[in-house]
Amino acid sequence: MGNLEILLQAPIFSVQLLIDGLLVGSIFALAAYGMALLWGVMNIINISQGDYVILGGYVTLTLYNAGIHPLFGVPVAAVVLFIVGWIIYRAVIFRVVDRDLFISILATFGISILLQQLMDQIFGADIQSAESGLGQIFLFDNQVTVSQIKLVAFAVVVVVGVALVLFFKKSRMGQAIRATAQNARAARLMGINTDRVYAMTFALNAALCGAAGALVVMTWVIQPFIGLAYTIRSFMIVVVAGLGNIAAVVAAALGLGAAEQFAAFLLGAEFQIGFVFGLLVVILLVRNMFLKRQRQVLK
Amino acid sequence: MNGSGKMVIYVVAAIAALLIPQVPMLQPYLIQFAFLWVMILFAMTWDVMGGQMGYNSFGNIVFFGVGMYATAVVQRDLYFTVEEYANVAGGEQAALTPVEYLTGLSLGMGTGAVLAVVVAAVLGSGILGLRGHYFAICTLGLGIAAGELASGWDYIGAGSGLVTPLLPDALGERGPFFFYLFLVLAVITFAVLKRLYAGQFGLAINAIRDDEDKADALGLHATRYKTVAWCVSGFFLALTGGAFGNLVIFIDPTDVAFAGPTFGVWMVLMAILGGKGTLWGPVIGATVFHITQELFWTYLFGWQRVALGLLIVVVVVFFPLGIVGWLRERWPQRFGEVVDEEARRVQVSLEGER
Repeated sequence: MGNLEILLQAPIFSVQLLIDGLLVGSIFALAAYGMALLWGVMNIINISQGDYVILGGYVTLTLYNAGIHPLFGVPVAAVVLFIVGWIIYRAVIFRVVDRDLFISILATFGISILLQQLMDQIFGADIQSAESGLGQIFLFDNQVTVSQIKLVAFAVVVVVGVALVLFFKKSRMGQAIRATAQNARAARLMGINTDRVYAMTFALNAALCGAAGALVVMTWVIQPFIGLAYTIRSFMIVVVAGLGNIAAVVAAALGLGAAEQFAAFLLGAEFQIGFVFGLLVVILLVRNMFLKRQRQVLK
Repeated sequence: MNGSGKMVIYVVAAIAALLIPQVPMLQPYLIQFAFLWVMILFAMTWDVMGGQMGYNSFGNIVFFGVGMYATAVVQRDLYFTVEEYANVAGGEQAALTPVEYLTGLSLGMGTGAVLAVVVAAVLGSGILGLRGHYFAICTLGLGIAAGELASGWDYIGAGSGLVTPLLPDALGERGPFFFYLFLVLAVITFAVLKRLYAGQFGLAINAIRDDEDKADALGLHATRYKTVAWCVSGFFLALTGGAFGNLVIFIDPTDVAFAGPTFGVWMVLMAILGGKGTLWGPVIGATVFHITQELFWTYLFGWQRVALGLLIVVVVVFFPLGIVGWLRERWPQRFGEVVDEEARRVQVSLEGER
């Protein structure tokens, strides 16, 4: 807790933490929106969410090692993960869509372990990252530094977000997805091929995670076994923000990003992951407390 | 089959298990068998929550870790100071007399079990209020948070882990000692759970699984039963953990004690593989799983964990009923006889009417 004094004496540090946190949080928003989509449309909680993020990171890393600028990794990772997502849907997920929620949780848990171990075998267990080669921006008399790549990542998230909103509003597939989310049976009666919609939703979610992963590998680091942290972050954000509200998801994601930066600074970086998982428990308990209070009113 | 027939089966099984160390061919594998009993304990304790009560917990590993650390710390602090221990742990091991060792082990396991019950009661009062997938994911977070916490706590060795005292020579080889220790533990746990499932407690937690709101409305103290169930599960898991720490000698916070991605998931998988919510399911599931896993280790070295992930997906998606569950669906009449509980028979007949 010694770092708290530093923060109090030099408030500018908190500006630094806040900016870093918000920019990192914007990346969480992508994966979290994917999770909300899946949860809302297919009623599946995807534990392998974070592993698609990490896989997207490795796709970008492979490009980077081949001498291509990692920013191109964003669309490439999205496309590759779209295909991976489609395959996983066709192989496993379509069998668990209408079944008990726990079955889908456990099945995606299995996929998560499978992907983790495959990545470990193929890319090795080392912590890796891709250099974007972009510089830093200095603010407030050089007291606050912002790396340009994080700003670029933020811009990418905004672009993807706008594209998503347009996709759901304008395109036939987007409308079909929304219709299926509202009432799958009615959608089927109206001639929508819900199986295709589910496949599309799942693949789209994977693509979003892939894009997020490409940004993670440029701004942070990746490692085969840290995917679960991204799953938990996404879950937390969705629990706080609710389903199907993109603005709330973004707000919650930015908040989480900032909270994590402050926690890492105050408690020490080794407790950051512990903080994420601890926060999950707290959020769920608080949520339950509020729900209970509402139930009592109904009585 | 009647009561005495079942008795014969139990007696034969017990004698067979006790005879394993006497077979020369199997003697090199006694540690393997000890691990098998541990797996069975994992699956049985998970099934109290996941199978019988329908609360799918990914966080039961917390009690395992709590028991393991409590035992190791008691063993350490009973006869050494922390500094002394840190010194001997590096090079030569601290030598204990058999009496000292056994006192430390039993006191430690007792402390661990009590601590786990307290932890279960405290955590349970909040977390058991969550339902369905919220409970599952919350406990997942709990297990990992506990591991991260243990990795940062210096008193229990932080990230570099904790070494448990070695088994004194006078107590014989490691193999037979832990073989019998875990066998006794597994048999006691099985007997206690069998007794619990047969009585009011079993009916109550099954009612909670089937429809918690209705059970609550009918006057069942659901929260009380849920907490007790978690305490029972935690109690036996902590005993297992305490002994397991001594079996593997070195306690790593995230790879051994709070090993969510391995043990934490295996216990779920084993219970489902055998058939969750049945008495024998976890035992059979754990046995099949342990053999499969050993084959993976032998023949797929390097890829065994990948195969394990695949196994989880296949079991969950194509075989959610499990071995015993499948058999029961196939031959319900015959099965009502083999699995002995009265409650089971009632349930099978109810399912038939539906």
